[in-house]
Amino acid sequence: MSVSKEDVKHIAKLSKLYLSEDELEKYTKDLSSIVDFANELSSIHVDGVKPTAHILDIKNVFRKDERQKSYDREEILKNAPLKEAGCINVPKVVE
Amino acid sequence: MELYNLTLREISEKIKNKEVSIKEVLDNVFQRIDDVEKKVDAYVTLTRDAAYKRAEELQERLDRGEDIGILGGVPIAIKDNICTNGVKTTCASKMLENFVPIYDATVIKRLNDAGAIVIGKTNMDEFAMGSSTESSYIKKTKNPWDLEKVPGGSSGGSAAAISSDMAYAALGSDTGGSIRQPASYCSVVGLKPTYGLISRFGLIAYASSLDQIGPFGKNVEDVALMLNVIAGHDEKDTTSADIGKKDYTESIVNDIKGLKIGVPHEFVNEGVHEDVKEAYYHAIETLKSAGAEIIDIDLEYAKYSLATYYIIATAEASSNLGRYDGIRYGYRTSEFDDLDDLYNKSRTEGFGTEVKRRIMLGTYVLSSGYYDAYYKRAQQVRTLIIDNFKKAFEQCDAIVIPTAPNTAFKFGAKTENPLEMYLEDIYTVPVNIAGLPGISVPGGFDKDHMPIGIQFISKAFDEEKLLRIAYTFEQNTDYHKNKPNI
Repeated sequence: MSVSKEDVKHIAKLSKLYLSEDELEKYTKDLSSIVDFANELSSIHVDGVKPTAHILDIKNVFRKDERQKSYDREEILKNAPLKEAGCINVPKVVE
Repeated sequence: MELYNLTLREISEKIKNKEVSIKEVLDNVFQRIDDVEKKVDAYVTLTRDAAYKRAEELQERLDRGEDIGILGGVPIAIKDNICTNGVKTTCASKMLENFVPIYDATVIKRLNDAGAIVIGKTNMDEFAMGSSTESSYIKKTKNPWDLEKVPGGSSGGSAAAISSDMAYAALGSDTGGSIRQPASYCSVVGLKPTYGLISRFGLIAYASSLDQIGPFGKNVEDVALMLNVIAGHDEKDTTSADIGKKDYTESIVNDIKGLKIGVPHEFVNEGVHEDVKEAYYHAIETLKSAGAEIIDIDLEYAKYSLATYYIIATAEASSNLGRYDGIRYGYRTSEFDDLDDLYNKSRTEGFGTEVKRRIMLGTYVLSSGYYDAYYKRAQQVRTLIIDNFKKAFEQCDAIVIPTAPNTAFKFGAKTENPLEMYLEDIYTVPVNIAGLPGISVPGGFDKDHMPIGIQFISKAFDEEKLLRIAYTFEQNTDYHKNKPNI
């Protein structure tokens, strides 16, 4: 296996996902086979090749820094799972 | 002949000439939906009431002698990852099951301005991650050609809706083939435009450097009409290109004499279904007899596109989907110990298996120690693939390859082994990696009478030539005239 159970535990933690023991097994197997497949890229000579992040030849795109009308607060809050006094309700962040 | 059998151009002319009222058009298409939707399950949401209200307004304007736009009164379906103001946009995920956008995507605004009537939101693979629409949290969409088979994906609902005449045109999104592959499986036309031609504002992101919105239609002309409406610069999308307005219907010309079409023989070799290969070589003959010059080209790096894609797309996805934290919108778990537990539980319960697999794969290739070996290397190979296409387009005007290596498969056939599912994208991902336009056109049937798609690829922002070739191919074949028996 090119990806170990420990690796998967670690990346699940980074991804903020809980995995059951069965899922851990399954994802370890799946990710290994996909990573093995992706390893075919290691045979390609890429020395000196510039990486492409983006195919268009545009850099920073700015707009004028002007005041614009934004969305209505109540409208935005409609999609919040829990709200209170015009704010999104979240659990205590600082102990 | 029913109204729903007509093409987009035909129905819009009938509306404008007052041969039919917009209400009659809606009655007819909703009757069709009532008859076949229970078999196909293409839609996640139907917007019947809003559609009738809008039909009334449009009809009044038309009766007053106003121009109601080139799509005036025409029913259109929208993939459920494109934001529609006041209409649920779920991405076919539990995470966004109750999400109601408070704004329209730019493409929706443009469709509305052109007089279109949105009649519903279509099913898809969860967050557009999949090739069969099976990863939808909401329902299973069936292929209208065989209800035991998948419609392809991820825009399977849009493709199935057009194939079964439940809308005149539809929008989908294509990150690695999600418009073209279902178009191929369902025997409709699907276009993935050049990256940057269509604004992505309001498209729920999967992999931002690859995602692109595009139209489905019953034929190439309808796709050109849709492109006229949705293409164009938008300041709300910083990756939107400013190339001015074009009239793509000028490309609806049955003539490819003297055009050079490239054939990458080596790329279309292993792992391709015999019937697909046969249809492919038959397509080449059709192009030849229509007057095209066929040229052998070499796309030596194209075969690496799939591995490159699954690294880049998942890396971008792992970052894009970080926003689903259960706090501001989307699913929030009901019980939790602390903030971290809330994040973890909301994501664990809100995302499906394939989405989690891709988030984790993306996190893996970006993580410390693997970044250079996977992510950076994939970006370098991306450069090589782009250069490969550039060189090919010095020799030819367009490239022809199959859209998918196989025809539609049975439900569950590829869900156990994700890699097998990913291989269905082998001929569609190179186009996304290089940011090029690609179109799938009906190109035959296999021995079980399941549709086969033929794909054309052109230079970036050369949709005119692409549509002209696709149209000429269509006019010299009869496959698009076949309809599923449903």
